[in-house]
Amino acid sequence: MADNSVNEVKDALAEVGYLADEPAALVSFLAQKLGKPVLVEGPAGVGKTELAKALSRATGRELVRLQCYEGLDEAKAMYEWNYRKQLLRIQSGGAEGSWSEVQDDIFGEEFLLTRPLMQAIASPEPVVLLIDEIDKTDQEFEAMLLELLSDFQITIPELGRIEAKTMPIVVLTSNDSRELTEALKRRCLYLWLDYPAVEREMEIVRLHAPELDETLARRLVEVVGMVRALDLKKPPSIAESIDWARTLLLMGAEDIDRETFNQSMSILVKHRTDIDLVAERVGMKLGESVRPQG
Amino acid sequence: MANPYGPKADPGPPGLAAKLLGFCEELRGEGVAVGTSEILDAFAALEHVPWTSQADFREALATTIAKSQDDRRVFELLFDRYFFRAAEAEAVMREIGERGEGEGGEAGAASERLDIDELREQIREAMMAGDEDAMRDLARLAIAAFGRGEGSGVVGVDVQRIRRTLGLTAGNQPPTEDGQELPPIDRSQLNKFERHLRRELERDLIERTETLPPSRPLAELDRALPTSPTQDLAAVHRAVGQMKRRLATLGHEQRGRKQAGHVDVRRTMRASLETGGVPLRLKFRPKRPRRPEIYVLCDVSTSVTSASVFFLSVLHALHDSFRKLRSFVFIERISEVTDVFEHERDFAVVAQKISSEGGVADISGYTDYGRVWLEFLTEISDELDPRSTVIVLGDARTNGREPHAEVFAQIAERAGRLFWLNPEPKLYWNYGDSVMAAYERYCDGAFECWTTRHLENFVNVVAGGTPVTE
Repeated sequence: MADNSVNEVKDALAEVGYLADEPAALVSFLAQKLGKPVLVEGPAGVGKTELAKALSRATGRELVRLQCYEGLDEAKAMYEWNYRKQLLRIQSGGAEGSWSEVQDDIFGEEFLLTRPLMQAIASPEPVVLLIDEIDKTDQEFEAMLLELLSDFQITIPELGRIEAKTMPIVVLTSNDSRELTEALKRRCLYLWLDYPAVEREMEIVRLHAPELDETLARRLVEVVGMVRALDLKKPPSIAESIDWARTLLLMGAEDIDRETFNQSMSILVKHRTDIDLVAERVGMKLGESVRPQG
Repeated sequence: MANPYGPKADPGPPGLAAKLLGFCEELRGEGVAVGTSEILDAFAALEHVPWTSQADFREALATTIAKSQDDRRVFELLFDRYFFRAAEAEAVMREIGERGEGEGGEAGAASERLDIDELREQIREAMMAGDEDAMRDLARLAIAAFGRGEGSGVVGVDVQRIRRTLGLTAGNQPPTEDGQELPPIDRSQLNKFERHLRRELERDLIERTETLPPSRPLAELDRALPTSPTQDLAAVHRAVGQMKRRLATLGHEQRGRKQAGHVDVRRTMRASLETGGVPLRLKFRPKRPRRPEIYVLCDVSTSVTSASVFFLSVLHALHDSFRKLRSFVFIERISEVTDVFEHERDFAVVAQKISSEGGVADISGYTDYGRVWLEFLTEISDELDPRSTVIVLGDARTNGREPHAEVFAQIAERAGRLFWLNPEPKLYWNYGDSVMAAYERYCDGAFECWTTRHLENFVNVVAGGTPVTE
């Protein structure tokens, strides 16, 4: 990706199917220029993870992904000693080798199992490192990340410091379910992604469901906007708009009236109380506004 | 030439760097944590961004400096204000003004012919369309029409006066004289228009006096939260959202590998290497924290009528944030309303349902705290454990009935933490039939709480882990 200006980054992302808005493009651009990690926050389903994937496609870099969850520890995120192999080494070479030899040997890179973070650091080719849903982990894990995020290096007590051979693009995503520590935020560029405006979401939907008629796409996005405006447990994400667009294509719908909406609503809304509410509020409106036209 | 910053403030050296530092200084003043590393990042970022494009410039600054949504909100407010002031200061220094013969004269002449009704219509349309540029122009027009001359000199007062003269109010509109129905005006749109009015008035004032008014802390202006009991739900939801995030991190610091749990085979094997493969030292998996269980008891009697709307909205917001939450309302008796909140999303319906079928049906309508504790203890307390948090929302006015503080003490003992939010100012506690003191000593914290600000304070104290009991 030619990364000389914000617009070029934006175009490159668009080419691989990600329509970034102005802030997202700018932050992606700065991340590459400054070599700083990006912390992306926002509601679920606005394309936070997708941004990292698109960056990897646009730059032609491999994507290394670390999915975070409660209880994730360094053994699963960074590295682990292959203790089975170490045991084998001790047992097989016990007779001839001197102790110090064995000791040096079993803590060599041969016995190291790399996990995503180590993999991203040690890769000879530059990669995109995605640390997904960082808010799911605990604070200790965040602290562990700090060395990696600021200096792109990992210290292994037995081996010493392993520095990044190439500069990875690091993207961290968070659903804002807990406050991240200041220390982590300090090391990152901050990007807040929100639900897109009507025009942009229309473009996105039409990019992923090209056969969709333009007026129908607009109508669809407007209806989704109406649904999001309600106070729902889980508002529909962009991915769900796209799914719905594809469903409408399959159904051969020409307009969104109350009937089509009620039939396909479960694509958009996935909570029982939400479904009732949406049927009541949005379904009714559709009936009224469509009939005079048809 | 008069120093536009007034006698006290130091204008500092000229140039963009100084302006940026000044901006960061103001952000710090508003409580945004801007560290030196953030400032360095901002400068590094600006090297790569054309500073002529305002959008890019703003975004580059925001992404390096404002690291949360709250910070971003403050950033947006300050960015506009700071650079507006900087530009105005520059204009005063160079004696550039718009008043002169050109526009001022024109607007003055126009004002005489200007029809208030027409202006109101245009503003209404601009607000409906969300057209910021049009709103700005109309704000100037409105000021030109009835801002000058009779102005009080206090910007905030003038904004409200102009708004009233124009007859603009948020919410549903009265029909026009010819019986036409008008669409309601959105509160946020009206706020936007008021902001434009304020800005134009400020600009006007600066031009007239050729000095900048002292900049006030944001809290007094735009950041102020509504203070009446009928809060807007959004603010309550925001505070509760914050509480949720704080509670989610809370308790983590007590966790560690020392608290034994299941044996971690992998780490035990790893440790056994040091002893030649003999697992001498067992390693344990860290214990997972359990989700906080919250019990909320909410007084809905007449003595707290004004506050119960607020309390119910707090409950409503809590239900959105915590899955393991059980809520109760009480007057003379206690009644669980968890179901109502779970099945009903609309706040108005919830409030109505609780008042109609809450089951707190009472004879006298007076709160009986003692009885409530007894009922709560018999029905619920088996489920209380050290991890549960009990929050009581009430005024502790027993109407002269037995307070049963010893029962309350039992509840406090079984629950991990117990907080009391009182809708009355601390001054009134323990006056009349209020027995707050009897309960307060068993609480991990008792707080006055009738605004979202208090709620935020409560959240802060809870998160800080330092219970305040005085």
